[in-house]
Amino acid sequence: MKLAVLFSGGKDSTFAALLAKKEGYEISCLVSLVSENKESYMFHTPSIEKVKNQAEVMGVPLILQKTMGEKEIELKDLKAALLEAKKEFGIEGVVTGAVESVYQASRVQKICQELGLTSFNPLWQKDQFELLEELIKEDFEVIVVGVFAYPFEKEFLGRKIDKKFIEEMKLMEKKYKINPAGEGGEFESFVLNCPLFKKGLEIEGHEDFGEGHSWRREIRIK
Amino acid sequence: MILIVNLCNERLHYFEFVKPIEDILDREGRGFFTKSYREVVKEDLEKAKRVIICGTSLEDDSFLDDLKKFSWIADNGFNKPLLGICGGFQVIGLVFGGVLGKKTEVGFFKEKFLKNFLGLEREQEVYHLHNNFIKFSKDFERFTESGMAQAVKHRSKEIYGVLFHPEVRQKNLILEFARL
Repeated sequence: MKLAVLFSGGKDSTFAALLAKKEGYEISCLVSLVSENKESYMFHTPSIEKVKNQAEVMGVPLILQKTMGEKEIELKDLKAALLEAKKEFGIEGVVTGAVESVYQASRVQKICQELGLTSFNPLWQKDQFELLEELIKEDFEVIVVGVFAYPFEKEFLGRKIDKKFIEEMKLMEKKYKINPAGEGGEFESFVLNCPLFKKGLEIEGHEDFGEGHSWRREIRIK
Repeated sequence: MILIVNLCNERLHYFEFVKPIEDILDREGRGFFTKSYREVVKEDLEKAKRVIICGTSLEDDSFLDDLKKFSWIADNGFNKPLLGICGGFQVIGLVFGGVLGKKTEVGFFKEKFLKNFLGLEREQEVYHLHNNFIKFSKDFERFTESGMAQAVKHRSKEIYGVLFHPEVRQKNLILEFARL
């Protein structure tokens, strides 16, 4: 079955894509929405333009759809992008990296049904620490590119997801009720390398924007 | 040992509809083994102390054309606790002479429980993902207030069914069933 991956460039959608490939599915294209609203309800926003670099090293076509990022308009934009994927690449299904977000998963389910596509959420209800540990096991190189909640600060930007990171997340979960996989919007990630990439991406430089406990990092890829 | 019956036609849907149930049982140290509904044999049913039939995706209803594979449910020799979730709920209803209806519901819905059902009481926010519902035969008792059956139990057997997906917000229901 030919699939599109609803792709943010972060750890969840990339890991979901890897699972689909491992199960023998063909990833025909990536679909990314670039939200002009940095507080989008549906889509991960930091560094999303960099998905172009990721698509290139994956050797998979990318549909990049701009959206104003307003609550229901962005769903229409998503539907238009998936319709394009269906027409251009003949996709029959859509993979998402949804773990806990019923808001995100149920809206994608409805759009898929309207378009006659099958929805796949292979990380659905997955244990958050198991997910982080599997990323390490699969040799994912992932960094933090956005933090949006107390007690995170600017210093957290650029952190790699490694064993030390997982141990810190375990402490933070206990102390601050932080979602260790960041799906609650506490932090956002960017994948620099994984088994789907022909080669890893290297960072040339970055700019940080924000204040207090809300920061995002725009990276430049070499 | 709990037999988990997988209804999914697509391999990738296992992670979405079966693995979450396995994880809930695994975290509590409950033993289980999983098989596709097409591969369940007499020995599996003998080995299992309980059976859970999981749900599957909105687009996947191939199991409805394969109901003969579930004839063991109504067999007089089968007397173990059984829980059907969404697609599994539909299978149970149809095996016992219920009638299938069409109604798509996706997302959170509030359901009022009239009495205790595997630990659920009063109003609950449940996750729905279905295109069908079942009008159950009189063999089944209904536990919720709404017009469509949401949670049922066979009147004389330990056979339970839920139309919603308890693995999302009512994980304890699965553990209650595992303790029966």
